[in-house]
Amino acid sequence: MTGILEILGVSKRFGGVVANCSVSLSVPNGKIVGLIGPNGSGKTTLFNSVVGYHPIDEGSIRFREKEISKLRVPEIARLGLMRTFQQTHVYGGMTCVENMLISSPGAQSTLSSIFEMHNIEDREKADSLLQFVGLYEKRQLQAGDLSFGQQKLLEFAMALMAEPTLLLLDEPTAGINPTLINGLIDRLKRANSEFGITMLVIEHNMKVIMSLAEHIYCLAHGESLADGTPEEIQSNPKVIDAYLGAV
Amino acid sequence: MQRKIIGYTAIGIFSVVAPMLFPNYQTQLAFLWVMVVFALTWDIVGGQMGYNSFGNILFFGIGMYVTAIVQRDLFFDANEFVEIAGSEESLLSPAEYLTGLGLGMGASVIVCLAIAIVLGAGILGMRGHYFAICTLGLGIAAGEIFSGISYVGAGSGLVTPVFPEAMGNRSTFYYYMFFAIAVIVFFVLKFLYSSRFGLALNAIRDNEDKAEAMGLYTTRYKIMAWSIAAVFLGLIGGGVGNLIGFIDPIDVAFAGTTFGVWMILMAILGGKGTLWGPVIGAVVFHITQELFWTYLLGWQRVALGLLIVVIVVFFPQGIMGYFRKQYPAWFSKATEISETSASKQDTA
Repeated sequence: MTGILEILGVSKRFGGVVANCSVSLSVPNGKIVGLIGPNGSGKTTLFNSVVGYHPIDEGSIRFREKEISKLRVPEIARLGLMRTFQQTHVYGGMTCVENMLISSPGAQSTLSSIFEMHNIEDREKADSLLQFVGLYEKRQLQAGDLSFGQQKLLEFAMALMAEPTLLLLDEPTAGINPTLINGLIDRLKRANSEFGITMLVIEHNMKVIMSLAEHIYCLAHGESLADGTPEEIQSNPKVIDAYLGAV
Repeated sequence: MQRKIIGYTAIGIFSVVAPMLFPNYQTQLAFLWVMVVFALTWDIVGGQMGYNSFGNILFFGIGMYVTAIVQRDLFFDANEFVEIAGSEESLLSPAEYLTGLGLGMGASVIVCLAIAIVLGAGILGMRGHYFAICTLGLGIAAGEIFSGISYVGAGSGLVTPVFPEAMGNRSTFYYYMFFAIAVIVFFVLKFLYSSRFGLALNAIRDNEDKAEAMGLYTTRYKIMAWSIAAVFLGLIGGGVGNLIGFIDPIDVAFAGTTFGVWMILMAILGGKGTLWGPVIGAVVFHITQELFWTYLLGWQRVALGLLIVVIVVFFPQGIMGYFRKQYPAWFSKATEISETSASKQDTA
């Protein structure tokens, strides 16, 4: 069975630095897959390669059986493959509601749709998603005035607004108040089960990724180190060595 | 809503009768609308989209030249025109004059659109300071290029055909033309800013990487915004050339140090990134400037310089920004957006 996202032998070098060396992974449709690895192991580089932020040197990236490694960022996003950022990226000068409205799939469909007014369905969907992430009370605040954690939640809500098929999440819980993390895990799982969004999640918090993902890939020094269920990864000596720096 | 209609009507009526109330100031009043168009068009790219452009004057100058050349070549021989244009008498009938003006302004819209698309595709990939510096070069280069082409009069400039006496006062005619253009620009932008396009521009201003990652074709929208500004600047440029009657390549057409800087100042003074800000900024700036000329003659440039410093130091967010901070309740644009669904949820 081939997955919704198939990464095959992808390599990416920055000058002499090899960020990714022949990395392969597969994300099955409807699942949550984790991607872990020590700092500098090439996780975010792999994300950037997938979403078209920079060209890859070797290998192939297929999304829904379509080669996407040559496409540009907005084209890939329109296919239904979106990402959130490790550092929050929201539109700081706009209110939360406006942030949501411009993320609506209608805003990207055709050239003429950009000149349409915001319709009632979009507004209701924006409000209900803001409620979903717990930001409804703050919907009229400027996104730039929100705390870091709230901006992450808003970014997550914006991604849901855009109705992606596959969502790449880069450290969704980093910088979020520990008491809120459980709520976020719950929302990620619900987004997966209720909205049917497949996810590939980078995460440093082992507790989070172990409870979230069904399958985990581990990168180290830009290479695939191991993959398996959370239990297999936890007991894999190579993974433990990589994290403790004993390689 | 009703208050808004009354407000628009009041402004409309006052604008229509203004030239009759102040018959001696018709040219200055006409320029007031030019300033409004300057500030509004600059704000599309500079305010709403966050791309500071110093080169918008380019389209104003090109519109001026294209219109004047069409007017000249339609009815005159380019070589003879210099000699006959010196006379005060109009050589054209009103119908001929209007045909030339209309075709000229139409041509300048097309030319400005084409140039904006080609240039925009080239330079709108640059961000921040790089874009600003690059646009600064555009206006300067255009002035120098036009000073060197003898077909358009080179450094000694170009005269426009004399306004036909049968059509009455030249200033009155252009006052209403510029008023109409300003009203069209205002309502076109009002529509655009309330559609998704406005939010897309704001998104580019706030975080262009995110906008791309969310699937917005940012380059396309940037070129569209820049082209809209170019089209209206070209249109009004064609009219201004005829109101002044003489087109100097550096002091009138590509006047980067006056019009080019003023359009930015007016937008900042009123509050960039808002619809009314540039309008208010243009009115305040233009009136202040005229008062300086009247009462501080000799010192008007110094006073203007001081005004600029005061604007930047005390009103960095502009007049609208100041009021937005003091009275946030007045600016409930966003509240309107979700009012319907919010009230629905309250009752549920």
